[in-house]
Amino acid sequence: MPNGLPIMPMPVAMRVDGHLYERAVEPRRLLCDYIRQDLGLTGTHVGCEHGICGACTVIVNGEAVKSCLMLAVQARGADVQTVEALAQNGQLHPLQEAFAEHHALQCGFCTPGMLMAALTFLNENSDPTDEQIKLGMDGNLCRCTGYYNIVDAIRAAARMMRV
Amino acid sequence: MKPAPFCYHAPASVAEAISLLRDLRDEDAKVLAGGQSLMPMVNMRLARPAHLVDINGIDDLAHISCPDDGGLAIGALTRQRRLERSAEVARRAPLLAEALPLIGDRLVRSRGTIGGSLAHADPTAELPVVAVALDAEIGVVGPQGARPVPSSQFFVSVLTTAVEVDELLVEVRLPPATPGEGYAFVELARQHGAFAIVAVAASVALDDGHIREARIALGGVAPIPVRAWEAEEALRGQPFIPETLARAAEMTAAATDPMPDVHGSPEYRRAMAAVHTRRALQLAGDRATSTGGAAGA
Ligand SMILES: Cc1cc2nc3c(=O)[nH]c(=O)nc-3n(C[C@H](O)[C@H](O)[C@H](O)COP(=O)(O)OP(=O)(O)OC[C@H]3O[C@@H](n4cnc5c(N)ncnc54)[C@H](O)[C@@H]3O)c2cc1C
Ligand code: FES
Ligand code: FES
Repeated sequence: MPNGLPIMPMPVAMRVDGHLYERAVEPRRLLCDYIRQDLGLTGTHVGCEHGICGACTVIVNGEAVKSCLMLAVQARGADVQTVEALAQNGQLHPLQEAFAEHHALQCGFCTPGMLMAALTFLNENSDPTDEQIKLGMDGNLCRCTGYYNIVDAIRAAARMMRV
Repeated sequence: MKPAPFCYHAPASVAEAISLLRDLRDEDAKVLAGGQSLMPMVNMRLARPAHLVDINGIDDLAHISCPDDGGLAIGALTRQRRLERSAEVARRAPLLAEALPLIGDRLVRSRGTIGGSLAHADPTAELPVVAVALDAEIGVVGPQGARPVPSSQFFVSVLTTAVEVDELLVEVRLPPATPGEGYAFVELARQHGAFAIVAVAASVALDDGHIREARIALGGVAPIPVRAWEAEEALRGQPFIPETLARAAEMTAAATDPMPDVHGSPEYRRAMAAVHTRRALQLAGDRATSTGGAAGA
């Protein structure tokens, strides 16, 4: 067993959805588990725990990442956005509106990750083709919808967000 | 599953990282870069390192610099996604630019680094094939200082490279492209974003419809990426016509030594190596501009 100290919980401060949290965190704590279990923000989902499904996607300093492949201690000082801050003042985000409108979810398990991945994708490309949407969303799996409705929703959201 | 306990270290400089790795050299320490290969193994407890040395806080490892000779020098920690979107990479290393989008998915590439991909040395990964095709030089630093390792000596075996446990891969240096040379990266994968079953990188330089020089590197057909030296030699001076390419492709495939796995038998991989070598050569040649005229890609 390692005899160094850093195996013990270490102080970590990060901003999540606009709130500053300061907690003692064990180094092996995954960012997704920190968000869900330490902060109680269970909007972010965990599927495969090894980087395949994308359900755990959150935005760290502007980049969408799979939070099961990042340690919470690696996000110290970071600005993290989860699905929980998408709606503002009870108003759904255009992406959420479009997902509901276009039946882009059934069980909803993949949806938090889909939304966060889509948000960064549309930030980079506000007027994408369907082919670009498919490539931009290639890190997120859905076992229910067959994807067509998700592509429809993202195309529609892009239109809403451009105006 | 969740990771087993480990000690976490976050050095702020290469020197600090090296001194840590030297102190921990008998204690099963692992470097953590983008985490896109290491973290899945740590989560599944296929890897249980006692120490993780996180290099993400070392700022001067994340550069893309453009030396005057026309080549590229890329810091080990540079994210694959950043490289994919870099105009300099597209201009100076079109082969690298073509291979990058084939790695995993957009989110994986947002974290995954060029250094991590080379250091991981998966036999079916794309970037090791690019490094071998382009004769990259890999900058490695250890307690004894810096040493450049040619890509031909970098890959040792499956998941094993010339980087020692107390060393860090710091930079990937690509020589300048030859004006007019055409490049192609093609692969066979089970699905979009999957590791390759067979990957081929090729470059072709033409003179008057004849091949002045060709390079062929393959992944997925041996424990490490391989160059098809004999086929390259045989192509020199030959007319750029389908028959020549097909012969070189057969020669390339015959010289491979694929391992069987669930995605394909050695026979299948060898057959696919021939097909994809032919396609890569054709595409590279089609993209080459005959010299004797204008220089530049
Ligand atoms: C869903 C998914 C799909 C993927 N698909 C592909 C694919 O199709 N093709 C492909 O090539 N890859 C694929 N990958 C892996 C991805 O490309 C990784 O980014 C890459 O293999 C490792 O880079 P990293 O920076 O994440 O390294 P890490 O995971 O942090 O490290 C990998 C290994 O390299 C060592 N290491 C890292 N950096 C250094 C350094 N500077 N010096 C010394 N040692 C170092 C680590 O100790 C570790 O052993 C996939 C990953 C996922 C999660
Ligand atoms: S839970 Fe993170 S990618 Fe599946
Ligand atoms: S809606 Fe069920 S997994 Fe996507």
